[in-house]
Amino acid sequence: MSGEVQAGAALSGLAESEQQEARRPVRRPRGRRIGLGDWLLPAYTIIAFVFLLIPIAYTFVFSFNDSIKSNISWRGFTLDKWLNVCRVEGGAVCEAFGNSVVIGVTATVIATALGTMIAIALVRYRFRARSAISLLLFLPMATPEVVLGAGLAAQFLAVGVPKDMTTIILAHTMFCISFVVVTVKARVASLDPALEEAGRDLYASPAQVFRRITFPLLTPGILAAALLSFALSFDDFIIMNFNSGSTSTFPKYVYISASRGIPAEANVIASAVFLLALVLVIGAQVSRAARAKRLAKLG
Amino acid sequence: MAVREFAERGADLELVGIQKRFPGFTAIEELDLVIPAGSFFALLGPSGCGKTTTLRLVAGLEEPTKGRILIGGKDVTDTKSHERPVNTVFQSYALFPHMTIIENVAFGLKRRRIGDPLGKAHEALKLVELDHIAQRKPQQLSGGQQQRVALARAIVNRPALLLLDEPLGALDLKLRRQMQLELKTIQEEVGLTFLHVTHDQEEAMTMADTVAVMNNGVIEQMGAPEELYELPRTSFVANFLGQSNLFTGAVVGTTGTAITVAAAGGRIVVPTSRAQRHQGEVTVGVRPEKVTLHVEEPGESSARSVLGPGRIVDVSFSGVSTQYLVDVAGAGTVVVFAQNMGFGPVAEVGTEVWLSWAIDHGFGLDDEPGEGGRFPADDSTRSIAVQRREALVSELEEH
Repeated sequence: MSGEVQAGAALSGLAESEQQEARRPVRRPRGRRIGLGDWLLPAYTIIAFVFLLIPIAYTFVFSFNDSIKSNISWRGFTLDKWLNVCRVEGGAVCEAFGNSVVIGVTATVIATALGTMIAIALVRYRFRARSAISLLLFLPMATPEVVLGAGLAAQFLAVGVPKDMTTIILAHTMFCISFVVVTVKARVASLDPALEEAGRDLYASPAQVFRRITFPLLTPGILAAALLSFALSFDDFIIMNFNSGSTSTFPKYVYISASRGIPAEANVIASAVFLLALVLVIGAQVSRAARAKRLAKLG
Repeated sequence: MAVREFAERGADLELVGIQKRFPGFTAIEELDLVIPAGSFFALLGPSGCGKTTTLRLVAGLEEPTKGRILIGGKDVTDTKSHERPVNTVFQSYALFPHMTIIENVAFGLKRRRIGDPLGKAHEALKLVELDHIAQRKPQQLSGGQQQRVALARAIVNRPALLLLDEPLGALDLKLRRQMQLELKTIQEEVGLTFLHVTHDQEEAMTMADTVAVMNNGVIEQMGAPEELYELPRTSFVANFLGQSNLFTGAVVGTTGTAITVAAAGGRIVVPTSRAQRHQGEVTVGVRPEKVTLHVEEPGESSARSVLGPGRIVDVSFSGVSTQYLVDVAGAGTVVVFAQNMGFGPVAEVGTEVWLSWAIDHGFGLDDEPGEGGRFPADDSTRSIAVQRREALVSELEEH
């Protein structure tokens, strides 16, 4: 999976652990002898990070390459590609990117809404086939994407639905629901039922209880689920490729152009998405730290 | 339709033929109960006796299998929780973690669209002396403070009936005493009807006007605290409310005013008016502090029942009083509390003693001390909530 998904997962982890105290590193007393662990672990950590970050750094650096056709060898620094990202090939990169965003947002909104409702129902109500449903919801996560994509494509063909953006959105909504249910379910299960009872006891109608108590308390989980959904949708190539018809998305654009040389504009967009995710993560961290500080001052 | 007006005063609560079954067990067999307006009523019993279920039924959080619930003469059985003029102080406090204290307290007022909710909320916080921390979040408060906020959040709505679900259970002893006093003061000040559920007999007796002792889904006995203590009618009440020495034997003589029971190797006389049964096998008892120790055999007296001789097997000194355990042949171990009028215990372990008490202090029970039922299923609100959550978590982990 690419950097987007990792950033998304990091964000979701952030939101989930919002109420937990940040773990502080324990400072070891200064040792006299330098043991194996003192250099092995740092060395291992550095190697792991270098391995993880080199492709991203490469993508970022080559978004400034003054390339002509293929973007493989370094030809000099330019801001051209960043400033005129939509001008190449009649704006094909930007169109693909726009499609990916529309698909991602739509699928995320639908999957998050449906998945949240399913999660609440699964946790709060007892009904027939409840555990069977819980289990079945895991299937899209466990099934290989190739199988899922091919199966869906066959179904669309059988029903006679033309493949376009709608079919991609349908496909993405389907597998995102599973992830939303799993994420939100954990949050619902950790919610004390006495809080909702207290709301009912304090004259709130069922709708008001949901809006004022249940929903705000589930928000971190729902947000995490939405971010995860968007990242998964934006990142997906395999399932989309089976069901997209002639619609272009960003991963598809990159994949197709890889055979004849990926234009630097693709690097620009990939870098921009990565930077945006980075800003979001850092922003969340900073605001959390600020809030913890404020709470500490109050307490 | 929400309740849009404050209750003028407390209302009567009437439970008629209530039964509550859960899949697998019956929480309440058959319950009839009238709590007069403005009273402080305590429902006392061990966990699993059905007291919390009773409270949840009144709050509208559970539906009765059978029976009606009336508040102020109005049938509310079929109304939803948010439509009832009732508020609850939950055992876990259940303060909304995402709201500040003042928002928590104003929550009910806002839902009912009552004017100036923030002003009234501040007033309620002043009553529990927490107005200075109105802007904090619940997790920044101590247990005692959270408890007071939960109380303020309930009474600010001026409910006709306030339900207290073991709200003091999580507090330490000193804080609990202080909160008991505060609760009692507030109840008298605002004149609401309080229904207090607890397993702490001391708490029930110090706070409530009327105490109902509940066991296995039925009310065993109901009355003023003194009445329950001095004249328990069943062995459960005799032992759950303080300690009792119980002796079982056959009635061997009856006069117009008293019955004589042959038990514990002697004869125990109990006034007819203080005995529930007057013939056959009966269980009679006496409270440990009513029993006097004698180091010499006391003379026969028509005013006192005498047991003995027995041997002291344990002496424990607790400052104000000393507890003696006396082994009496045929009666088992008898507990005696003696006030420490002089210095230290008056008798040592191994001393031969006789026991006596005024006939008027004895009581006769309706049943025999039974076995079992000491650890029934635990179904207080908190444990129900915890159990449900644990079930869900384990289910989540399964998949």
